[in-house]
Amino acid sequence: MKPRNKVKSKTIRRNRLVGYTFLLPNIIGFLLFILIPVIASFIMSFTSWNGFGNIEFIGLENYKKLLDDANFRISFINSILFMLISVPITLLISVLIAVALNQGVRFVKVFRTAVFLPYVTATIAVAAVWQLIFNPSLGPINGTLMKLGIDAPPGWLSSPSWALLSVSVVYIWHSVGYYMILFLAGLQNIPDYLYEAAELDGAGKISKFFHITLPMLSPVLFFTTIIGVINSFKVFDLIYVLTGGGPGRSTHVLVYDIYNTAFKQFEYGYASAMAYVLFLVILIISVIQFKGQKKWVNY
Amino acid sequence: MNIATEASVYTPEVKKRKISVSQIIKYLVIILVSLTMVLPFVWMVSASLKAETEIFGFPIKWIPETFHWDNYTKVWTTVPFYLYYLNTLKIAVITTILVIINSSLAGYAFAKIKFPESNRLFFIYVATMMIPYQVMMIPQFMLMKQLGLVNSHWALIILGAFNPFGVFLFRQFFLSIPDELLEAARIDGLSEFGIYWRIILPLSKPAIATLVIFSFMHSWNDFLGPLIYLTSDHLYTLQLGIQHFITEYNTEYALLMAAAVSAIVPTIIVYFLAQDHFIKGVANTGIKG
Repeated sequence: MKPRNKVKSKTIRRNRLVGYTFLLPNIIGFLLFILIPVIASFIMSFTSWNGFGNIEFIGLENYKKLLDDANFRISFINSILFMLISVPITLLISVLIAVALNQGVRFVKVFRTAVFLPYVTATIAVAAVWQLIFNPSLGPINGTLMKLGIDAPPGWLSSPSWALLSVSVVYIWHSVGYYMILFLAGLQNIPDYLYEAAELDGAGKISKFFHITLPMLSPVLFFTTIIGVINSFKVFDLIYVLTGGGPGRSTHVLVYDIYNTAFKQFEYGYASAMAYVLFLVILIISVIQFKGQKKWVNY
Repeated sequence: MNIATEASVYTPEVKKRKISVSQIIKYLVIILVSLTMVLPFVWMVSASLKAETEIFGFPIKWIPETFHWDNYTKVWTTVPFYLYYLNTLKIAVITTILVIINSSLAGYAFAKIKFPESNRLFFIYVATMMIPYQVMMIPQFMLMKQLGLVNSHWALIILGAFNPFGVFLFRQFFLSIPDELLEAARIDGLSEFGIYWRIILPLSKPAIATLVIFSFMHSWNDFLGPLIYLTSDHLYTLQLGIQHFITEYNTEYALLMAAAVSAIVPTIIVYFLAQDHFIKGVANTGIKG
């Protein structure tokens, strides 16, 4: 018993040494640039630090201030609204197109490329184009609407009530391709014999979709909802270029506020508290989704 | 089309009609969505070649009356695109090389070397993938300031080089390589690094390709990073340069579109060259995540 233990502990020691040698370059970076910053900003969220002078701890003051901050509330609501608009529509369009493409369509590659193209192109350039397309007086969208007899079409990006929706349109357009690819991969994993068996039982197209495709796709659907929600909370580039948060505060979202508070107003402590609220929101939504998955996800 | 008519000779009338109705709906959906995706690009290219006065004509003229190639010469002379390209390329290439090296090394440790803390450590890595960038953004900036790397490309390269996602990707891929292969190599007297370098890496080309594309695209398209770290014009990346051009020249639409086209052409080329890897990469990492 004893010698074997000795051999075992020796291999463990050897493996540990080798393991950490391989990990070394990455783990240094991971600690310095990810783990320590995550902890540091948590600590900073309890201070009033603005980058200069002493760091002063103020307890929960930042978080209390957030509760009363009307602007923060607007950004919070905008972020939630943006998610509620963009995630379901993105997923619906991408499921539809993936199911259609999966049924033996001609020129699959051409169509797939077309849908995926916006996702690979840089958001900044894309935003410049959409800004012109949405142009209230000159752009092609309102041009078409006015030709169709609508005299006062919406101002889109320059209208407080339409701006968030317009940004969502661009966001959906930009990200549908990504989710389509995920769904296509999921669809290709569904074994053919399931469909063959259903056909033998006399199932029609619609019945096959609801009884085979959808349940078999539910793990992917679950995963894409989680990713989709997280990504929708992180939209920054589009808002920065399309609206700059305006008009008014109509497109201010959480990440936009965090950026401004930290790098324009230099309120590092307050911005850290905001970032942690964002993190908490994402965490809570994800936990709810994980709890809910048992009811509808089929493994 | 040929196949359909040929088949109809043998199949009864009813079935033929059923197929064609669902076929029509299917193609309608696909073509409609694809057009929505592509038309903004077509509009952008067409606008970039028009005279300023012609851009917003209605109904939309897809083909310019005369092709104004000089829009491109004007943009390229007012904006130092070549410099922005070089800056972006430098950051993207160095970041990608560093990511591949350190992630594959760490992925190997997590997948193939058994030591007690391995799983717990890996769990911490994966957990941080959930944390939004905004949470670490401020302390990272402080640290870079201390290191004197603000307003330099190195801040972006270093931050881009450490990416838990890369470690995750390699670990998952390495797990699919059978341990017997490594045992055999160990018996043959190959060192642990030798196994990694001469056996594992050559087998991992698909994972490397995926991460190369992801990392490259990610640094190429990154906006928030350069926005935080770069203040001098000559250090700008393409995205930052474009954004400044947009705010400065937001009334010269034709030039704006020429700039936008110039900015997206490289990513589209990269995409067409590597699309199968890219799509496979999205599919695999997405599903397994």
